[in-house]
Amino acid sequence: MMTLLLFKVILVVAVFAISLFMAAYSTYAERKVAAFMQDRLGPDRAGPFGLLQPLADGVKLFMKEEITPEVSNKFLFVLGPSLFMITALMTGVVIPWGDLLNIDGVNYSLQITDINIGILYVFGVVSIGVYGIMIGGWASNNKFSLLGAIRASAQMISYEVAMGLSIIALVMMTGTLSLKEISQFQAGGMEGSWNFWNVVYQPFSFLIFLICAFAECNRAPFDLPECETELVGGYHTEFSSMKLGLYLFAEYINMFISAAIISTLFFGGYNFPFMHDLGLSQNAITILGTAALFSKIIFFIFFFMWIRWTIPRFRYDQLMNLGWKGLLPLSILNLLITGAVILIFSK
Amino acid sequence: MESLTNRSIIVSNKKMTFSEKIYLPAILSGVMITIKHLFRKSATVRYPEKTREFSEIYRGQHVLKRDDNGAERCTACGLCAVSCPAEAITMVAEERKKGEENLYREEKYAATYEINMLRCIFCGLCEEACPKEAIFLTDRLVSTDYGRDGFIYGKDKLVESATDRIDISKRQTKEVLEFKKQKQLTHNK
Repeated sequence: MMTLLLFKVILVVAVFAISLFMAAYSTYAERKVAAFMQDRLGPDRAGPFGLLQPLADGVKLFMKEEITPEVSNKFLFVLGPSLFMITALMTGVVIPWGDLLNIDGVNYSLQITDINIGILYVFGVVSIGVYGIMIGGWASNNKFSLLGAIRASAQMISYEVAMGLSIIALVMMTGTLSLKEISQFQAGGMEGSWNFWNVVYQPFSFLIFLICAFAECNRAPFDLPECETELVGGYHTEFSSMKLGLYLFAEYINMFISAAIISTLFFGGYNFPFMHDLGLSQNAITILGTAALFSKIIFFIFFFMWIRWTIPRFRYDQLMNLGWKGLLPLSILNLLITGAVILIFSK
Repeated sequence: MESLTNRSIIVSNKKMTFSEKIYLPAILSGVMITIKHLFRKSATVRYPEKTREFSEIYRGQHVLKRDDNGAERCTACGLCAVSCPAEAITMVAEERKKGEENLYREEKYAATYEINMLRCIFCGLCEEACPKEAIFLTDRLVSTDYGRDGFIYGKDKLVESATDRIDISKRQTKEVLEFKKQKQLTHNK
């Protein structure tokens, strides 16, 4: 019991540290990817290839003067970024980072907790994240912040509907809400069970989920809450120093978690092709599986950046049209077709 | 009604086609463009370590030349000031006194000679107009300053020192050298 507790504590700290590490280096990667796509070099002064850039940025943010506007609500002004950061970090709990790890004959799961409503929990926590933006923007007592916050909440609530419906199709197919079971459903191998990744069965669901994930993360082309051409900085206009840092950082953590969830739901999670056919030991498969999951996550983070530096921002009415008139009916249609196919095949 | 300039464009507000409405084909083609750029060589020059090469005939800060004996070549004729399209050059002429022959080549010289570097467009017309081969543009850069006054360069900054000559051989193009051979012209005497 004690060892299990110790293992869980280590896992929690590890997931926390990795989330922060990935977020920090996402900022670096973002700048590098942007630079390369624009035929530039990007940051290359701090350390070899500029690898210490996130550290320098962090130190800079800490050293900056912290300004709290006179007219703002002090308590809520602090609560906003904290809430956004906490909700961003909380979703990592239910994601299966790997299979079972065998230490001294005891199996430990590389997942902090396997809630049987895992995906529902993710949705719940993500929707609380809207409060972080809303409270921060409202407490600033600034019209740009408020407009940004309103846009953010409207956008996130609209796209959550289509996102949820696209997931229901997947849940109907797999018959479970647990992320662990969904990834086990996609385990590859010649012996007995040969399963494809969910994206093969549910390409439309994946496409809708991906587009909604962009909107949920406030990423380009849906970065209206902080579009600097119209709203100065959007909901975080009045924030400075590490409070601003928390907002920016939490967005990158959100991106990391979205990439992890997309990989888990549609791209096999910690499973990789022929994992049971290579004659590897259980621990080797687990470690390789975790590496496979992380390479999938890194690909999706890159994909997020790739899209950001390709497409211009949507107009607000286009965004709402796409969400309500495009993605919502499509996801309902997808749901109907999935239901019909399941009904036919189960008979 | 006939349009005034023939440059007006008729704007069409046609409905988007289905493939345009779903955005995806356009996004796909855009994404392919950016991925191509990802592997392209960057155009950046890492500045403090490397500097971008100047053109052979780069036109930078001016120099007022001295002749082989160290006397100033400028005779304050004012042709450079007249030719200057930006009106950046001003000068005050003065007569050479006895005993100053080693300082000034001709009987007349420029007591003050100023170029406003903020007005100058570095076209090189002053150099072309000069009959005495006194003014040349060099590959030196005009340095920055905090005020406007600092950009009015007087003789102290423009005249080359007698010991430390500034090389202007790059500006002596083939055409110039050819022209110099024609000894019958007053310019070359």
